[in-house]
Amino acid sequence: MQKVRRVISVVVQNEAQVLARVSGLFAGRGYNIDSLTVASIPNSDMSHITIVTRGSQRVIEQITKQLHKIIPVYKVVEHSSMVEKEMVLIKFPLNENVNIANIQALFEAYNGSIVNASDKMIIAMAADESKRIDHCVEAASIYKPIEVVRSGVVAMERQ
Amino acid sequence: MKISGAQMVCEAINLESVDFVFGYPGGAIMNVYDEIYKQDGFKHILTRHEQAAVHAADAYARVSGKVGVAMVTSGPGFTNAVTGIATAYTDSTPLVVISGQVPLALIGTDGFQEVDAVGISRSCTKHNYLVNDINELPRILKEAFYIAKSGRPGPVLVDIPKDITSEIAEFKYPDSVNIPTYKPSYNGNNRQIKKAVDAILEAKKPLLYIGGGTVLSNAYQDVREFATLTGIPAVETLMARGVMGDSNELLIGMLGMHGSYAANMAMSEADLIISLGARFDDRVTGKLSEFAKYADIIHIDIDPANIGKIVDVDYPIVGDVRTVVEKITDSIKDKIKPQRYEVWRDILKRYNEVHPLTFEDSNDVIKPQWAIKRVGELIGEKATITSDVGQHQMWAAQFYPFDRPRQWINSGGLGTMGFGLPAAIGAKVADSEKIVVNVTGDGSILMNVQELVTASEYKIPVINVILNNHFLGMVRQWQTFFYDKRYSETDLSYQPNWKKLAEACGGIGYDVTTKEEFDAAIKDSIEKNQVSFVNVAVDRFENVLPMVPAGGALYNMMLEYKER
Repeated sequence: MQKVRRVISVVVQNEAQVLARVSGLFAGRGYNIDSLTVASIPNSDMSHITIVTRGSQRVIEQITKQLHKIIPVYKVVEHSSMVEKEMVLIKFPLNENVNIANIQALFEAYNGSIVNASDKMIIAMAADESKRIDHCVEAASIYKPIEVVRSGVVAMERQ
Repeated sequence: MKISGAQMVCEAINLESVDFVFGYPGGAIMNVYDEIYKQDGFKHILTRHEQAAVHAADAYARVSGKVGVAMVTSGPGFTNAVTGIATAYTDSTPLVVISGQVPLALIGTDGFQEVDAVGISRSCTKHNYLVNDINELPRILKEAFYIAKSGRPGPVLVDIPKDITSEIAEFKYPDSVNIPTYKPSYNGNNRQIKKAVDAILEAKKPLLYIGGGTVLSNAYQDVREFATLTGIPAVETLMARGVMGDSNELLIGMLGMHGSYAANMAMSEADLIISLGARFDDRVTGKLSEFAKYADIIHIDIDPANIGKIVDVDYPIVGDVRTVVEKITDSIKDKIKPQRYEVWRDILKRYNEVHPLTFEDSNDVIKPQWAIKRVGELIGEKATITSDVGQHQMWAAQFYPFDRPRQWINSGGLGTMGFGLPAAIGAKVADSEKIVVNVTGDGSILMNVQELVTASEYKIPVINVILNNHFLGMVRQWQTFFYDKRYSETDLSYQPNWKKLAEACGGIGYDVTTKEEFDAAIKDSIEKNQVSFVNVAVDRFENVLPMVPAGGALYNMMLEYKER
């Protein structure tokens, strides 16, 4: 069966073990995790977990159902029409050959900018859809980055 | 009222009206055992191994319909219990397991007898708790019992650090639970039910596919009534034996790898499968692409994750089997006549006549199937049958005349050898009116043989019928069929003296080689009312048949084994 990429949001009771329950489910049942982010939801005792996964339609359906079965899981949303964003931080060496303006321009094209500079390096960030972040990282490679850190995806339904 | 954590545990168990707890003490759980000593509510049964404690609690739950409770200490006490917990999880038994844990301050320090119990059991419990505040203990205990028995039942672990059991706090056991994230649905969607009813009215060859969920939801009377009303024939899974009752003409038989020819053909030829609390296990379906090829499927299950997991379902209904079957019956009552499926029933009846479940009896050696049938004749409905795992289990499922659900207690999903004897203890404790027979093999029985001592000490008379073929029979059978008879590590010719072993532990032993001796041993064993070993020398090379080879189509059964 054909594999599809899916972004799934899981709203969970903010309690001990809950992330282990969710990630353990994926490990134990052999499901894929492309990325996973988690943070608490303001003014509540819940947390929001966003998981990017891939699998056949049957597997994706099982994932959402199995997630539902975890007792502290409140809500599972398999996103269809969503706004999806990911952030990346990239560190570049700074020397006379580097053109900072070019780097700034590149990151501006991906909703980003230079966020830190020292005498030896600069750090730039971009926030965009995952695919566009791929492009950004690829384009940035000509400036010989030292380190690339991606945040994983967060998503929200449009409606 | 202010009491200790240990007292809270005992209070909760008593308030849940559990009358027997199975367990084994140790350092981290000692405070609770001290309170057990002082209280006069539930009785505690000391098994001789933690695995056995959990199996006994499991069988107690399966027979009584209540929540079973097992109690163990931290570290090895808990890890020993894991096999029992996983067994209960796979067969959806409502169970609360209380484990001791090292004191809070020691957690994470690799303390003596420390193990990450919630981490280890996460994937084989319905839910688990590590208690880190005494004030939460009453709520957690209440939730544990509620979660264990509601929705799709399952085991819940409550891991309690030792200092919490000695701490004192206010105790008020909640009357109800409030878990906003956990709301099982019982009723079934009415629109889906309507569609399912229409499908049943359209069908020409409908079939009831009855699974263990029917037993768990106490739906057997409703299911029998529905079957009688509509004349729809039924097949049972291993976990559902007894639901229809052996004498019920609508029961075609057990299906699956060692199911009857007629039951498997019924599945293969039906045009509508009505699945009641069954989960399309691979031992039932055989090759998926050939499974129930001509049928639409109505899948009624309380666990939505079971629906559409293995096969595509045309009419998914999430709900309790009993509630949904009642609704279906109500709306179909006046619209259907049992005569409608007469031809279909006749076809299946003929399959049963042409290829009945059978075996070739012998007067020289006891056939294991004969022994099972004989127990059925001698004890019948007065028995609760437990079993271990292997050939004997399949023969028991095939040949015992089960009359009611909760009469047949076996480890169907996980296939845990060593389940039978402790399960027999739990089953007898739960319903002492019944004669409990553990059908076992010379391999399985040794995996929890220490429980002979428990049975003797508490005067729990369970009869262990050891179908002794000096082999790990089921593996040997596969080696015969699929591995050119290379009997790798399955020959159990080196054996204990069974009679003496039973006697050494305070029971009675019988060595049986003839049918007369078999009858005499069973009768004597019932009369003496003591735990016993009936060691039956059976045909060494008998095979469980028919057989659907793993991965084969359900309709492609091996009906007999021919020497190559």
